[in-house]
This record gives sequence, C-alpha cells and structure tokens, in this order.
Amino acid sequence: MEGIKAPWDVKRELLTKSEDETDPNYGCNPEERPYPDLIRFGIINLDKPPGPSSHEVTAWVKRILNIEHAGHGGTLEPNLLGRVGVEIPR
Amino acid sequence: MTGVLPVALDEATKVIQALLKAGKEYVGVMKLHGEVDEDRVREAFSEFQGKIYQKPPLRSSVKRVIRIRTIYYLNVLEIEDRNVLFQVGCEAGTYIRKLIYDIGKALGCGAHMQELRRIRAGPFTENEKMVTLHDMLYLYTRWRETSDIRMLRRFILPMEKALELLPKIYIRDSAVDAICHGAHLTVPGITHIEAGIKPNDTVAILTLKGEAVALGKALASTEEILKAAYGIVVKTERVLMPRGTYPKLWR
Repeated sequence: MEGIKAPWDVKRELLTKSEDETDPNYGCNPEERPYPDLIRFGIINLDKPPGPSSHEVTAWVKRILNIEHAGHGGTLEPNLLGRVGVEIPR
Repeated sequence: MTGVLPVALDEATKVIQALLKAGKEYVGVMKLHGEVDEDRVREAFSEFQGKIYQKPPLRSSVKRVIRIRTIYYLNVLEIEDRNVLFQVGCEAGTYIRKLIYDIGKALGCGAHMQELRRIRAGPFTENEKMVTLHDMLYLYTRWRETSDIRMLRRFILPMEKALELLPKIYIRDSAVDAICHGAHLTVPGITHIEAGIKPNDTVAILTLKGEAVALGKALASTEEILKAAYGIVVKTERVLMPRGTYPKLWR
C-alpha cells in the first residue's frame, strides 16, 4: 500500500533563526498556569459515554466546572439502542 | 459512539478549529450481512487505504458531494463469525459508518457498523490523561475541598496540547503583543521555526515559554523564512492570547 504518513507520525526538526531570551515577568509556562487561568486556557481529554450527544456532554462539562463557554472538537454521534444514531444539529 | 472527545474551556474554545481539521483514529466492529472468506475481508480492507472517494451520508452536516479523504491505515484486528474488529487512522471528515458500508458493498454481502470508539482526535489519545465525566466530577470536587491544584492538573491540559501536531514558529517577547492585536508575523520576530512548512500551511505561533499566541497561515516555506531578513511570513488568522499578556513594544 502506498504510504501516506499520518500527521501523528510526522516528526519535525526545530531550527533556529536567531537566539533570544524570554522575560519571566510576563506570561507563564503553559504547564504551570495557576488557577483560574488553568481552567480558562484549559482543555479536557474526555472519554465520551455512549448515550448522550457530544453537545450534551459538553454542556455537562460546562455546568460541572461552572464556566461560561465550552466547545468540543469533532462530534461523536450518540449510540441509541434500537435506533440509528441521531445527530442533533447545533 | 464513545471515546476521545476533547472539550475546550472558556478562552481555549478558540483552539477547536485546529482540532476539527485534525486526523482521527478509531476502533470498531463491522457486522457482515453474509458469509465471506476471511482473506477476502482482509483484501477489501487493504483496498480502502490511501485516497478514497466518499459521499457524506444522508444524515450529515455537510453538503453531500463526493469528496476525497485519506485513510492512513485500515487494519483488521480480529474476525469472528460475521464480526470484524478493525482499527483505522483517517483524515478529518471521514465517515467511518459510510466507509464500513462501502466495504460491505465491495464485498457483495453488505455490512454495517456495529460499534465504534474513537481512540485519537489529533494529538489527544486514549492513553494520555483521558477522563470520564465521573473522574472529572470527582477530581473537581476534590479540588474544591482541598484547594490542591494537582487535582485540576490531573484532568485539565493546557490548550497548547491541541496544537501539538501543527508546525510551530516561536517568536520573541517583543513580537507577541502586536500579534495579539491581529498584526501579521514578520521575519524579525521569529526565533525558531520547524522544518517542512510550506506556503498555505496552518501554523501555530508560540512564545519562547511555549504559550500559544495565534494560529496563522504560512505565506512562505521554512527555507524561505530562514533566508529572509524582513517581510510578512505568516498571516494571523486566529488570536489565542489575550492582549496585554506581554508588554506593548510596538507602535
């Protein structure tokens, strides 16, 4: 089979154009963001349960974490026993 | 369907567009509608790798015109009676239910998808900090009770994770705030750049601390950018960092 590499198998080399230093007084290493920025600039890798739609699940996340906005990446249709997956339009 | 569903919070919802275009991986069960020789099933699966034509199903959110999608790989993991356990890696916008239906048609007997689980959405996989709604509720409650921020870090990843598979360009502090105001990226602002960028590629612009500043469209290749001394090389398309995070050093 012809090999079209999946994006996650592509390795890219990082090249230097010019050196510089960053001022620790501004911004923050993403791994060390304090609360509430940790939530504000956060993303959750959720294991979607089979019943509800992606939109419903996202709404629950919003409610549990008590935040204003939440959005999901790539809809997974729900599994409804005895019925074909019903897509709920936004 | 179950599996990997990245959910972006508040400001991070802006990175979702990068995930919608990202490749996906699934495991699933195909149910054959007749007896077929195992070898024929495996052969049919291998024929649906690479570029395929696909017409979006009736119940879909896009215009129903035939489009080309790339199947990076399509493996049969196990066959038992009429059940075929498979794993697939594919381009965004591939309908797996349709793919399985089409393979069934190619086999002659017909088939449908019995079960499907997503094991990857772009950089997010089953194996890395995936949580159920229950885990999430538990950890969040623990954090409320103890103020131990590690509870939050166990399930909330920085939005930068979503950009992991995009080619990256790092910029100096002095260039950050202009980009946050929507300016395009010019050559002097760049400190590091990944190899292999081509014009029109979507790139992530990051600070030297690794924070996401913006998503943009490259106007030149990595080689051209490395050689250039001036000029706009990335068109800023989506600003991710709030203005004023870094000092304003531009006029």
